[in-house]
Amino acid sequence: MTLLRILLCLVALAGVARAAEPQAIFDRLASTKYDDIEAGVGDLATSGLPAAADALSAALDGRLLVAPGKPALFKTPMGTTIDVATNAPAAAGADAGLKPVRVNNRIRRAVATAIGTLTLMSPDARARLRAAESVFRGRDPETLPALDKALAAEKDERVLAAMRRAKAAITLTTDAPEADKVAAVGLVAERGDQDGLVLLRGLSETAPAAVKSAAASAIQAIETRQAMLARVQDVAYGVSLGSVLLLAAVGLAITFGVMGVINMAHGEMVMLGAYTTYLVQDLLRTFAPGLMEGSLAIAVPAAFLVAGAVGVAIERLVIRHLYGRPLETLLATFGISLMLQQAVRSIFGPSNREVSTPDWLSGSLDLFGLTLTWNRVAIVLFALAVFFALQLVLKKTTLGLQVRAVTQNRRMASSMGIRTDRIDALTFGLGSGVAGMAGVALSQIDNVSPNLGQGYIIDSFMVVVFGGVGNLWGTLVGALTIGVANKLLEPFAGAVLGKIILLVMIILFIQKRPRGLFALKGRFVDA
Amino acid sequence: MTFGTFGRAIAAAAALGWAAFAPAQATAQETIKIGILHSLSGTMAISETTLKDVMLMLIEEQNKKGGVLGKKLQPVVVDPASNWPLFAEKARELLTKEKVAATFGCWTSVSRKSVLPVFEEANGILFYPVQYEGEESSKNVFYTGAAPNQQAIPAVDYLMNEEGVQRWVLAGTDYVYPRTTNKILEAYLKSKGVAQEDILINYTPFGHSDWQTIVSEIKKFGSSGKKTAVVSTINGDANVPFYKELGNQGVKATDIPVVAFSVGEEELAGLDTKPLVGHLAAWNYFMSVDNDANKAFIEQWQAFIKNDKRVTNDPMEAHYIGFNMWVKAVEKAGTTEPDAVIDALIGVSVPNLTGGYSTMMPNHHITKPVLIGEIKEDGQFDTVFETPGLLVANEWSPYLEGSKDLIADWRKPLSCGNFNVKTGKCGGGAKASQ
Repeated sequence: MTLLRILLCLVALAGVARAAEPQAIFDRLASTKYDDIEAGVGDLATSGLPAAADALSAALDGRLLVAPGKPALFKTPMGTTIDVATNAPAAAGADAGLKPVRVNNRIRRAVATAIGTLTLMSPDARARLRAAESVFRGRDPETLPALDKALAAEKDERVLAAMRRAKAAITLTTDAPEADKVAAVGLVAERGDQDGLVLLRGLSETAPAAVKSAAASAIQAIETRQAMLARVQDVAYGVSLGSVLLLAAVGLAITFGVMGVINMAHGEMVMLGAYTTYLVQDLLRTFAPGLMEGSLAIAVPAAFLVAGAVGVAIERLVIRHLYGRPLETLLATFGISLMLQQAVRSIFGPSNREVSTPDWLSGSLDLFGLTLTWNRVAIVLFALAVFFALQLVLKKTTLGLQVRAVTQNRRMASSMGIRTDRIDALTFGLGSGVAGMAGVALSQIDNVSPNLGQGYIIDSFMVVVFGGVGNLWGTLVGALTIGVANKLLEPFAGAVLGKIILLVMIILFIQKRPRGLFALKGRFVDA
Repeated sequence: MTFGTFGRAIAAAAALGWAAFAPAQATAQETIKIGILHSLSGTMAISETTLKDVMLMLIEEQNKKGGVLGKKLQPVVVDPASNWPLFAEKARELLTKEKVAATFGCWTSVSRKSVLPVFEEANGILFYPVQYEGEESSKNVFYTGAAPNQQAIPAVDYLMNEEGVQRWVLAGTDYVYPRTTNKILEAYLKSKGVAQEDILINYTPFGHSDWQTIVSEIKKFGSSGKKTAVVSTINGDANVPFYKELGNQGVKATDIPVVAFSVGEEELAGLDTKPLVGHLAAWNYFMSVDNDANKAFIEQWQAFIKNDKRVTNDPMEAHYIGFNMWVKAVEKAGTTEPDAVIDALIGVSVPNLTGGYSTMMPNHHITKPVLIGEIKEDGQFDTVFETPGLLVANEWSPYLEGSKDLIADWRKPLSCGNFNVKTGKCGGGAKASQ
């Protein structure tokens, strides 16, 4: 805080020529016109008032209270009221008749730049980095004196580089000598990202030729890099979409692929999984708020059990009577899907339920300029984990052995002493349970509404048929292929046309290879 | 349980549901029936169920005041199940079998188009409460939602003047409302001197959930050095993953603001609003509007629905206005006979919930103020701009070829929904009520 105060004095000295009377600033802030408020924010930042930084950040949350002709106050997050002019606690009741400063996006930007300037010498390196970044974005020549001071005092390499770039950005907007500007272009180009591009493209027409040509070559370098990144990004997005498809389809690969049941209610199992996540979070919020960050870890097994149990019930009550009659199974399961949807709608209401995203899944990962959001990365990993766990269950456990035996030759398996109807129920439960787990993942990226499942049922069937019925590896490859192809098509063809093209391509492919990518071979195929 | 008993169970359940809604025939003589045609199941139930509830509340309230013309009002609720052809069937049922005096219903434009011929043929009265693309005016429909000039164009003006936006992404779901609205906006932006390369139009399918490519495209489009904004006509459900992706990819409202025309308090209630703070919406009503009428309405609604967390939104206000207009018109006409009420409705003026009066104009649209709000962390809107006066709807957009010469005026002797002022004929240019 002391450092900050010293800085504020320095800023005040730098801006002394235009420092306005505090009351005039407060009156500006109390205006209903955003132009005036924006000017007021700038004035407050350069006013040299010790409370300026705190008051400005209070303005963002509606805690800065003003009224024309009255002293401005702000409330600290703890609830004490401070007088902005004196930085001392205000008398009780002083806030009567005061209203929060009106804030819109323009004011938010102005405040961010102002706070950036005021925190350039914060003892916290991260705060300084943030400050340098917001000065870069604001590029207000008025911040130059403060920036120069901060540059002279800075020791941290990363912050120093950021501050140099911020200074370069400001230099480009002033009428600095040509050589300085050319150097500044080079510094800005170092960033190599969209923000750098914004700045360079926005260079004024009147800039000297040397500056312009430096900017042009810098823009080209950044653009080449970005174009390359874009392709990589498309593939990454494709893998991410593919993993969502894989998650939605892998349960179906069991019920439809392995058992041959056309289960139209598969999407509703996904939906039940998502609602289980909502319920788990709701219970945790009430009974164990400390566990909220781990809510998804609890939701995964819960969703598996709920969806699995519903799956077993459906198999026992309906599907078991319809084996060998695919059309009737299709109609019956379609009916079940509508009933489940309406049941959920009646219990939870038709509107979306809010499933919160834990902090560790929010935000994005910046990989050499490639933006990958954490929730998508987590879904890719989760999908692969589910896939391999399922492979393990089918290949290495007694249940898996029996499942494979029953699907390959039911009567033979039965004569070997396997209780085939029990295996049927368990297999269906397994497939449904996996769909439930997919629901947990989808609750992070999609709406938790009764219609959640509908959006995935067609895609799931597409993946399973394309990949090859009865083959889990086919589902994996099918899902990733469709995902990547979709995302590579989207930038050229648009989302709607891209999907249509993909569908046509799959239809043509199925014409050529009716059994999909990985056809099962052997005598059980036609059984 | 076999399938037989199963089927019987369903039939019984259906019968029960019907009994709950269906009126007892004995009371039919002393009451006036009001049809409520909103989806209670299927995809649109998310938005329309609330409107059914608000209608039931308004009718109950009116009955407490003694009904209309000394008769009690009786709601007739049907469920068109988000199924467009079923909307037409249910509308016919309401008009010919139940003989309702007026119907309040529909949400999507396609459902309105589906019932339109039925209402015209049977001479019914429909109050349509949702903002829509315009380009329509029917004798039998009263549009209490906003036309594009009462929502989209003021929002674009705000961004242009307040935020200095020069580059525009028009993102929408691929159906009639976004397509028509974007066509109008594109023509409007060009008339304001925006170049073609500064407009990016993008359509996505219904329920689109993978927004990675589109959000990164928006980011790229926004990196030209000119201030960029997104005008979103993305429909209901697809908004949640869209905003999530924006938040996760770090697109902040201070960099690239998104102004939405289909995101209101109800939609935000199912959303983690942290990453959305500062994004905008344009409506004619916000729950956060501070006045006595609105406060009373919110209290009444939360008491009726027995949940003090429920929010109010713009289409609810539209039904509130529409219903009060109908009551006033019936009292003015002294009868519920359709032609008399249709004539009486024009010029009727009732208080809206934003502190003014809305009037039914001869084009069967109402006057409205336009509010622009920024999303706050609590899922409410902070009004950052309000039009100084009320706007009259341009049902036929002046920015589109083929519709700019048309006007609608249902007063006698003109009585026409698409009068071409150039040729002086009714039915010129684009097709009316289509």
